[in-house]
Amino acid sequence: MHEMSIAMAVVDQVEEAAQAGGAASVGSVRLQVGELAGVVPDALSFCFGLACAGTVLEGAELVVEPVAARARCEPCADEWAVGMPPRLCCPACGEPTAELLSGRELQIVSVHWQDGPEHEHTREPIFQER
Amino acid sequence: MCREVDLQQAVLAKNDATAHSLRAGLTARGTTVVNLLSSPGSGKTELLERELGRAWARGVPVAALTADLATENDAVRLARSGAPVKQVLTDGLCHLEAGMLGRHIDDWLPDGTRILFVENVGNLVCPASYDLGETLRVVLASVTEGEDKPLKYPTAFGLAQLVVVTKTDLAQAVGFDEAAFRAHVQQVNPGVDVVLTAARRGEGVGMLLDRALAAGEGAPVHTPVMARQHPSHQHTHTHQHTHTHQDHRTHGGQHTHTHTHTGVHTHTHPDLGTHDHPHTGPHAHAHPDEPLVVTTAPASAAQHRP
Ligand SMILES: Nc1nc2c(ncn2[C@@H]2O[C@H](COP(=O)(O)OP(=O)(O)OP(=O)(O)O)[C@@H](O)[C@H]2O)c(=O)[nH]1
Ligand SMILES: [Mg+2]
Ligand SMILES: [Zn+2]
Repeated sequence: MHEMSIAMAVVDQVEEAAQAGGAASVGSVRLQVGELAGVVPDALSFCFGLACAGTVLEGAELVVEPVAARARCEPCADEWAVGMPPRLCCPACGEPTAELLSGRELQIVSVHWQDGPEHEHTREPIFQER
Repeated sequence: MCREVDLQQAVLAKNDATAHSLRAGLTARGTTVVNLLSSPGSGKTELLERELGRAWARGVPVAALTADLATENDAVRLARSGAPVKQVLTDGLCHLEAGMLGRHIDDWLPDGTRILFVENVGNLVCPASYDLGETLRVVLASVTEGEDKPLKYPTAFGLAQLVVVTKTDLAQAVGFDEAAFRAHVQQVNPGVDVVLTAARRGEGVGMLLDRALAAGEGAPVHTPVMARQHPSHQHTHTHQHTHTHQDHRTHGGQHTHTHTHTGVHTHTHPDLGTHDHPHTGPHAHAHPDEPLVVTTAPASAAQHRP
């Protein structure tokens, strides 16, 4: 199960950005997971919780944005949802001319965090969720 | 203060970047990597042992690295070919990553190796996500596994640059429907070649070596549809700014740190088969006569001979 490796990579990257940005804690991480990314979102969420432990992401929520897989055949100007299992041959001409438009995403979109004290030097920190 | 920061980072960006530099480095050394993927027991080691033996007999400098959760059995089998072989024990990890491969070959891969075969951990799910810097990704399936495997493991078969059917000597006994298998492969990976082998009988042996050598010489390699996601469609999310929620106090510090755009595109472009590196220079057979090296996952771990 490589979801643990994926979760750890997410945590590493967010930690790096959070550190550079002076974050005190991370509330949530938004992740795009394509239908063809080869990752099981439930397993990933479970692993994410474990991978966050003891880091600035402790307790952070993983928000998974599923991305449907779509393909297009240029010569036919045809576009289709590839489905699962995927159909990557053009349904119109049957040729191997397809181009994948989406579905392989495994991408950290954004992170929601709470600034650390060094960013709060004018006043007491105000903790307020969006 | 609470803020939402756009990162737009591919999760596998690090592995992909490592794989790219590994591929570039090995290409410069004249080495082509072949990544072999299949479910456990499909016959990777059996075929590889014979490919190595064939290459060794022909005087082609090849080497093999095999990854397993446990045991050195595969390395022992592969080393019978005479080629240099290294066993990697992954310490529970279900796949190889580019960084691991890089560390393991650093102090081991003999100079002048033309083809490095990597037998990945027997697993059709996880290894598929990790580019190892290979020039040729081969996915194997034995006739005993059933014709629907390409549909059940679409990422593995969908990213293959060559599909190898193994154990065809058993095809009749298990009623293997070759046409159905081929149709399923084409559905997830249109245009990929499917070749048949029965390594036990020596049938189809040598084909992998020839393909790998050709790829190393710059011959075109299949680019799967799944590896060809259109770049302009990767960003469904286009905000490039930091949203600041709460008050707008002026900070002393700079806040330019939130835009760490590292290799956003790399994960969908495994650079499969797009390198052309004319293969030049002689290839010395500078292989040590102790072909078998075993290492556990932390690449720094001590090496020993069994
Ligand atoms: N009949 C027949 N048996 C084969 C053939 N190739 C492999 N086998 C047998 O299938 C079994 C598994 O083969 P391996 O080569 O160990 O498979 P593998 O893919 O390396 O397995 P893991 O490394 O454990 O994932 C062994 O008993 C082989 O002898 C073949 O061409 N014909
Ligand atoms: Mg094996
Ligand atoms: Zn078409």
